[in-house]
Amino acid sequence: MAHFPTPPLDGHGPVDWSPEDQAEIAELMTHYPTKRSALLPILWMAQRKWGWLSFDVMRLVATTVDLPPSEVYSVATFYTMLKKQPTGKYLIQVCHTLSCKLAGAEQIVDHIKKKLGISEGETTPDGMFTLMRVECLASCGSAPMMQIDDDFHEQLTPDSIDAILDGLAQGQPLPSPRPEVDQWTFRSLES
Amino acid sequence: MDVPKPRILTRRWGLAGSHTLAVAEEHGGYASLRKALSMAPADITALVKASGLRGRGGAGFPTGLKWSFVPNAEKRAGKPVYLICNADESEPGTFKDRYCIWNDPHMLIEGCVIAAHAIGAKAAYIYLRGEFKYVKDRLDDALKEARAKGYVGKNIMGSGVDVDVWTHQGAGAYICGEETALLSSIEGHRGQPKLKPPFPAVEGAWHSPTIVNNVETLQVVPWLIEHGPDAYRAIGTEKASGTKLFSCSGNIKKPGVYELPLGYPMMELLNDECGGLLDGHTLKAVIPGGSSVPIMTPQEVAKATMDYESINEVAGSYLGSGGFIVMDERADLVDVLANLLRFYAHESCGQCTPCREGTGWMFSILDRLKSGDCTEDDIRILRDVANNIHSRTICFFGASAAMPVQSFLKKFPEEFFGRAGVSVPDDWRPAASAK
Ligand SMILES: Cc1cc2nc3c(=O)[nH]c(=O)nc-3n(C[C@H](O)[C@H](O)[C@H](O)COP(=O)(O)O)c2cc1C
Ligand code: SF4
Ligand code: FES
Repeated sequence: MAHFPTPPLDGHGPVDWSPEDQAEIAELMTHYPTKRSALLPILWMAQRKWGWLSFDVMRLVATTVDLPPSEVYSVATFYTMLKKQPTGKYLIQVCHTLSCKLAGAEQIVDHIKKKLGISEGETTPDGMFTLMRVECLASCGSAPMMQIDDDFHEQLTPDSIDAILDGLAQGQPLPSPRPEVDQWTFRSLES
Repeated sequence: MDVPKPRILTRRWGLAGSHTLAVAEEHGGYASLRKALSMAPADITALVKASGLRGRGGAGFPTGLKWSFVPNAEKRAGKPVYLICNADESEPGTFKDRYCIWNDPHMLIEGCVIAAHAIGAKAAYIYLRGEFKYVKDRLDDALKEARAKGYVGKNIMGSGVDVDVWTHQGAGAYICGEETALLSSIEGHRGQPKLKPPFPAVEGAWHSPTIVNNVETLQVVPWLIEHGPDAYRAIGTEKASGTKLFSCSGNIKKPGVYELPLGYPMMELLNDECGGLLDGHTLKAVIPGGSSVPIMTPQEVAKATMDYESINEVAGSYLGSGGFIVMDERADLVDVLANLLRFYAHESCGQCTPCREGTGWMFSILDRLKSGDCTEDDIRILRDVANNIHSRTICFFGASAAMPVQSFLKKFPEEFFGRAGVSVPDDWRPAASAK
């Protein structure tokens, strides 16, 4: 289940939605027959805005959807992508399930560990990168792969990882390789 | 193989801008919606029934039959009906739905609106796994285009039919692909499965009748409206009509998504479509339908065809989601099974004791077995735990975790006993095959 530990006691301090956020929330609620159904999308909004879900943020969300904070906490701790503690600026998640494993996921994890000088679950001292392992991300045909924030990076090699991470460290935008419309079978693997 | 390979789901893939409304419409998109809106809902359901289309989410349940379970207006007593498209795609080895939406979001939107019309739903939700944020963004853009053209929303194409389509993003939980867990999740709860019955078609989202269908299933619907059920039945086998998307990964030359008629020989999928094994390697095993289905030996692979019946008859396994994972002689099956059990232990929702405790227990035995720190008894316990999970849990996840263990131990016992330093006991094989 949840692979982020329980929240640390400190949080964001008082937080509130902006008027634009409130308009977005009001619109979201029109999609569903109950207010509560908007909980997950609102938690996502909160995570995008504040980076992670502290107790302060969860309390605000609870007020927004008229639920006790404990209910919001119960839901937030069920889902692995909802962060109950802060991470580095970029969250690197390497898939280590079967197809990626067959394609060398362990070497990918080792390479990143060595390159960044951190272990799994840790953040680099400069606060740039957090490294985690995750289960299958539905990208098995383009294994090995990792997700950095919202983006998939596929068919990884040590060189391509270096290019991606060095670029990020230097403030370049993510190269964002994604499944191309004309490519749903992949480059022939070397024999 | 020299059979026709019609492209139904992938027919617009590869066109420049295939995800845009303009290109979709130029190549037949939304013509079926226009036609379907002039049909009586019951006639659409009858057509889908007649086509023999079976759900592509894993269970292969007949789609038209499922739709017909929605209670009629009188029995519903004012309750709305909902359509939910399952785009959670989390079964290891499965990656087709991501390509379906990415390459042709309008085919899914069109399929959703037609299906919603058929079952009497005014709202449809597409539940995407949390990691598909970028896929959701593209789908939301497509929905905006479709809404602006009046293909989604109120009074679609002037027909008087209203169907709204919304996307909903999960947040990381394999179990949310199980339909009742998905419903809990969309209602704003923890994504935990519920006992069936009641089945969602009778009491689903927000206590209302709800049809849950996979992305691929719904994307077939526009083609069915256009070409009719007989054309679909002409493809595939007698009991499994149409084409299927196979997600192929593992130790093969050309991993990827392949659309082929059901009943396609498994060996030809492997050797012709997937380019075969990497040079110099030999086949060890195949998992034919996503990580949860029983493993197959090379002898079984040689005999089976890619359809529900054959895989079951030849190997006691399942077509599942069509996630085809190939392993060559380098794969260490103890390590592979430990990898899968770590997945199941991580993803169990924790409600049922056999599943919550059993998956962790099986993983810890396998983890020890990897380093040889295990006895013959441990392997017997492993099988007992698996046998005691299967069919004793709220949802099918328990069986999904048990089946790999049962089948690996039955078909490749040497690998496991060998690791414990003993030969396969005389009583092992018959007992294993009794299960
Ligand atoms: C543990 C578990 C996970 C599942 N995951 C998925 C999934 O990711 N996508 C999917 O479409 N169906 C999944 N299913 C099957 C759904 O419960 C449901 O049967 C399916 O979405 C129905 O669609 P269909 O009739 O079109 O196949 C899963 C089932 C179980 C038991
Ligand atoms: S079988 Fe496992 S995943 Fe399914 S409800 Fe029980 S504990 Fe949860
Ligand atoms: S196994 Fe890594 S994406 Fe599926």
